[in-house]
Amino acid sequence: MALSLLSPEFRVDRDEAHCIACQVCVRQCANDVHIYDEEEDRVYSDESSCVGCHRCVTLCPTQALTVRRHPLDFRSNANWTPQAITDVFKQAETGGVLLTGMGCDRPYPIYFDHILLNASQVTNPSIDPLREPMELRTYLGRKPDRVEVGLTAQAVEVMTELAPQLTLETPILFSAMSYGSISYNAHRSLARAARECGILYNTGEGGLHRSLYEYGPHTIVQVASGRFGVHPGYLRVAAALEIKIGQGAKPGIGGHLPGEKVSAEISQTRMIPEGTDALSPAPHHDIYSIEDLRQLIYALKEATNYTKPVAVKIAAVHNVAPIASGMVRAGADIIAIDGLRGGTGAAPTVIRNNVGIPIELAIAAVDERLRAEGIRNQASILAAGSIRNSADVVKAVALGTDAVYIGTAALVALGCHLCQKCYTGKCNWGIATQDPYLTKRLNPNIGARRLTNLIRAWSLEIKEMLGGMGINALESLRGNRDHLRGVGLNEVELRTLGIKAAGEA
Amino acid sequence: MKRIYVNEEYCIGCRLCEIHCLVHHSRSRKIIKAFKEEMPRPLPRVLVEEEGPLSFAMQCRHCAEAPCIEACITGAIHRDDLTGTILCEEEKCVGCWMCVMVCPFGAIRRNVQGRKAISKCDLCYGQETPVCVIYCPNEALVYEEREP
Repeated sequence: MALSLLSPEFRVDRDEAHCIACQVCVRQCANDVHIYDEEEDRVYSDESSCVGCHRCVTLCPTQALTVRRHPLDFRSNANWTPQAITDVFKQAETGGVLLTGMGCDRPYPIYFDHILLNASQVTNPSIDPLREPMELRTYLGRKPDRVEVGLTAQAVEVMTELAPQLTLETPILFSAMSYGSISYNAHRSLARAARECGILYNTGEGGLHRSLYEYGPHTIVQVASGRFGVHPGYLRVAAALEIKIGQGAKPGIGGHLPGEKVSAEISQTRMIPEGTDALSPAPHHDIYSIEDLRQLIYALKEATNYTKPVAVKIAAVHNVAPIASGMVRAGADIIAIDGLRGGTGAAPTVIRNNVGIPIELAIAAVDERLRAEGIRNQASILAAGSIRNSADVVKAVALGTDAVYIGTAALVALGCHLCQKCYTGKCNWGIATQDPYLTKRLNPNIGARRLTNLIRAWSLEIKEMLGGMGINALESLRGNRDHLRGVGLNEVELRTLGIKAAGEA
Repeated sequence: MKRIYVNEEYCIGCRLCEIHCLVHHSRSRKIIKAFKEEMPRPLPRVLVEEEGPLSFAMQCRHCAEAPCIEACITGAIHRDDLTGTILCEEEKCVGCWMCVMVCPFGAIRRNVQGRKAISKCDLCYGQETPVCVIYCPNEALVYEEREP
């Protein structure tokens, strides 16, 4: 066999003074990096397959292990980076498309990190959320153009019929991750946490496992191009439906769940034969225009008797604003936009790293456009694509979104270390895998607890930030870009974001 | 009485329970020392059974009607009056290993390296929660009171 030119990405440092050869690392590594030599009673490492997931480091009872980037250097070259060189090596060896997992990791500007929040000083009072009520409850769905009120002698009555709404106790949802791309235990953790927190999670395209129907009121079910797992019961049990057109990590690209992952349970849930590849086409073969989208939206509304909001999810691409306008006019009650840095279980690296636009700019552009057209009230906006902390949530809301989807952050709460190897099916954390040896590593009791903690912590922080701005309801921050200032941004970026530069009054 | 139970669907077969059990029942109770310097190395009193993806940690069930107590010829194995825990008084143990033969769970192990004594779970006597439960990274082991 010809020699591979690839060198290990990581180096496993084992402190022999600490290592007790207990072999926990050997048992935990799905990539077989750690090897026990019985004769010597010693553990060795084969670093060539280490992905840097830190499973061994976390479980080592004596802290004998460190994993670090392999120190091997190429001659420094700002153009031909080590990544560029090794990518060519890989493709020259395999002749294949490079695959990856998680969101874009390239150093494009992260606009959230160039936006600063305001706070009240002297001229307006800040609010202490620990002493005064603070409203984070968010309603998603079509809002009426105006509200008519009927007055009788005894009472005031709202005459306008309201469209179905989703109620969130905090403006955060778990984004679409299918059962198949992630494990059953991961799905169960998300479902349980969503119910606990009074928010929603999204099934993704993989259907809904029958044992999770009890979480229906906290579930958004997805109808995507492969239509996997879509049947009347699936639509009826959900709180809302989402038509997935695109995904931030791979705009314009379909999905592919390899047959090895299609176990008996997944085959039943997706309604496809066991062991067959689940291919989601790149487009919906029945949607080639806004009019076609309208047909599907209304087909779903009809199927659910107009009792549930219908969302449409797209990737943030160059002309996201006019597309969003078309979606609202097609009848979408919620439009979900997934930015450049949105995650995935598997995508061609070149697509993930080069297609789409950052979510911050997309939110601003869409909100601006819908306001300008006078249709902003007709749909709620959901933003996704690397919301990393509560400040990102607040900034996204101030830019104009109604709520945010978190996917990667939720997985990180479950133990994901962003090794980007989801597509291998060997997730050592039991998240992006269907291997029964690995899936049991994620105990949904622990998973749900960690997710609930995360949502609780972010909600508290959001309240603190709102209070600091002198705002006592999230509603008052939505699209309130006066509370944002840009640092280190040029005029075009500031204009697109619709915010002033820091220092401008 | 409180017993250790295992949720086998979440046992990940890491054997950290065995490791920490060994350390707790070592002379020094220091993990590196227990493994590297204490010879003969103490035995863990919990054993992870594995077949395919299924695994679970097994230790003495502290049976209400314990065959090991019946079988013990010297009275080394006895029930602690205070806690109901089944303990082995190692000084009395002569190493006949009848307890090993009669234990329906295979939870008692011979200790062939050291003295003749056997090695069995004592629920980390004197400690509020046994160490295997404390250190189980996936909460597969729980220590609780259950209806029989």
